[in-house]
Amino acid sequence: MVKKSLSKIYMVLIFLFLYLPIAVLIVLSFNNSISRVHWGGFTLDWYRELFQSETIMSAFYTTLSITLISALVSTIIGTMAAIGISAMRKKGKAIMLGATNIPLLNADIVTGISLMLLFVRFTNLGMSTVLLAHITFNIPYVILNVMPKLNGLPQHTYEAALDLGATPAYAFYKIVWPDILPGVFSGFLMAMTMSLDDFSITYFTKGAGINTLSTMIYTQLRKGILPEMYALSTILFLIALLLLLLINYRSLEHPARHRKERK
Amino acid sequence: MSKRKRRLFAGPYMVWIIGFTVLPILMILYYAFTNADGSFTLSYLAGIGDPVHLKALLLSLRLAVECTVICLILSYPLAMILHGLNIKKQSFVVFIFVLPMWMNFMLRILAWQMLLANNGIINHLLNLLGLHSVRILNTPTAVVFGMVYDFLPFMILPIYNSMIRIRKDVIEAAKDLGANDRIVFFKIIVPMTMSGVISGITMVFVPALTSFVVSDLLGGGKVLLIGNVIEQSFMQGSEWNLGSGLSIVLMIFVIASMAFMNSHSKETEGTAVW
Repeated sequence: MVKKSLSKIYMVLIFLFLYLPIAVLIVLSFNNSISRVHWGGFTLDWYRELFQSETIMSAFYTTLSITLISALVSTIIGTMAAIGISAMRKKGKAIMLGATNIPLLNADIVTGISLMLLFVRFTNLGMSTVLLAHITFNIPYVILNVMPKLNGLPQHTYEAALDLGATPAYAFYKIVWPDILPGVFSGFLMAMTMSLDDFSITYFTKGAGINTLSTMIYTQLRKGILPEMYALSTILFLIALLLLLLINYRSLEHPARHRKERK
Repeated sequence: MSKRKRRLFAGPYMVWIIGFTVLPILMILYYAFTNADGSFTLSYLAGIGDPVHLKALLLSLRLAVECTVICLILSYPLAMILHGLNIKKQSFVVFIFVLPMWMNFMLRILAWQMLLANNGIINHLLNLLGLHSVRILNTPTAVVFGMVYDFLPFMILPIYNSMIRIRKDVIEAAKDLGANDRIVFFKIIVPMTMSGVISGITMVFVPALTSFVVSDLLGGGKVLLIGNVIEQSFMQGSEWNLGSGLSIVLMIFVIASMAFMNSHSKETEGTAVW
């Protein structure tokens, strides 16, 4: 069928469009030449030098800690917020969800600048201000992921558990938690992705002393990117690919088992 | 636990909203409406009238519209194709489009810079095929290209999400009643995916309007968008008041476009991307 093969070609073209630059970066990470346009043979040197480069490793640790801490804190605050918001009356709910939309829909550059203006008034810009900024834009993603799970919860099971003598904490742990856990988890992943990929907000809220990978690349743009950066991004990309495949594979293969485990 | 007690869980978040969402906006308003002595002025807001700034704003609007339209044209058929594949695990589709984000976005745009360069890979391929080479780097076209690349997933996912919610029996019922493919498409699929389209448009238009990095990388300093003007007024000069004033103008456009979208979508709930 013509239509079918046309749609296949179309899909391949879109995926090529999305993944071509990634392929280029991976190839460059093995290129034995500092030039970006010439292939100088295969090498693993950049991977070796990467771990010796103090600037890159320190930017990497900064990025990693900001990503993990901000994702963790925003998951905790966001999950609690979602539980609280779901118990609110209509009006309160609307206000809270409206406020949640602000950092989500506002322009990154405006969010970054407005936070910077606030931070410089009270403190010096540095790692902690970046963290606060990241938590701020991450919480909405967690709430968006947890809210639908809470809304889909059967209404009276929790109350039934209380009537049968469970403590609120026990009832929550046994009844609400297993159902919202996938939402909490995907919220955490989403927050990590957003935090890792962010440039604009970090750029405005970081002090002079610290760099994340994104801001370091930005400063390198004019002088030329260190090839070690390609190596590092390749490693990060492959780790993400593996992790996400693993998660997908697990839930693909054993949806039934997961249900059973919970009981 | 009563509902009243459960509401308390939102407490920390409320404090957070006040501290890090409301206060920063008040700060930017303060800077936009006061001058160096702290007295009220509208001159920074009027700074948008400066020909350079106005030109940047108009160019941003033009490129953002182009980017949004192209994303929509590319995404809609793709969402239909993906929907037709009947992938059981929808999270896998999301995964394919989110995965590229794990490669630093600036490096990905930089890779496009290499691919699109006058002596880059794409031109080599075009020459091999006997075609003319393209010279788009450092033009607005390249900026639109980069934005489309960066924001395409934000258009595809909401449309795909709204499409998989259409129940098969609705379409079958329409066909039983004599509707052909064209009618099914215009009377059922399009109206029922409108909420996804609208949230896709918002998710693409606003970032495209306000971006400054893509134009920096692919425009080669020759394409000045309003985002670049604001960024420069903060990071290169220290005209914070002017930068804040221009940010407020930008925010007005963001709010206006969101209000426009909201008025065109009946239900906003459940149209989140993920």
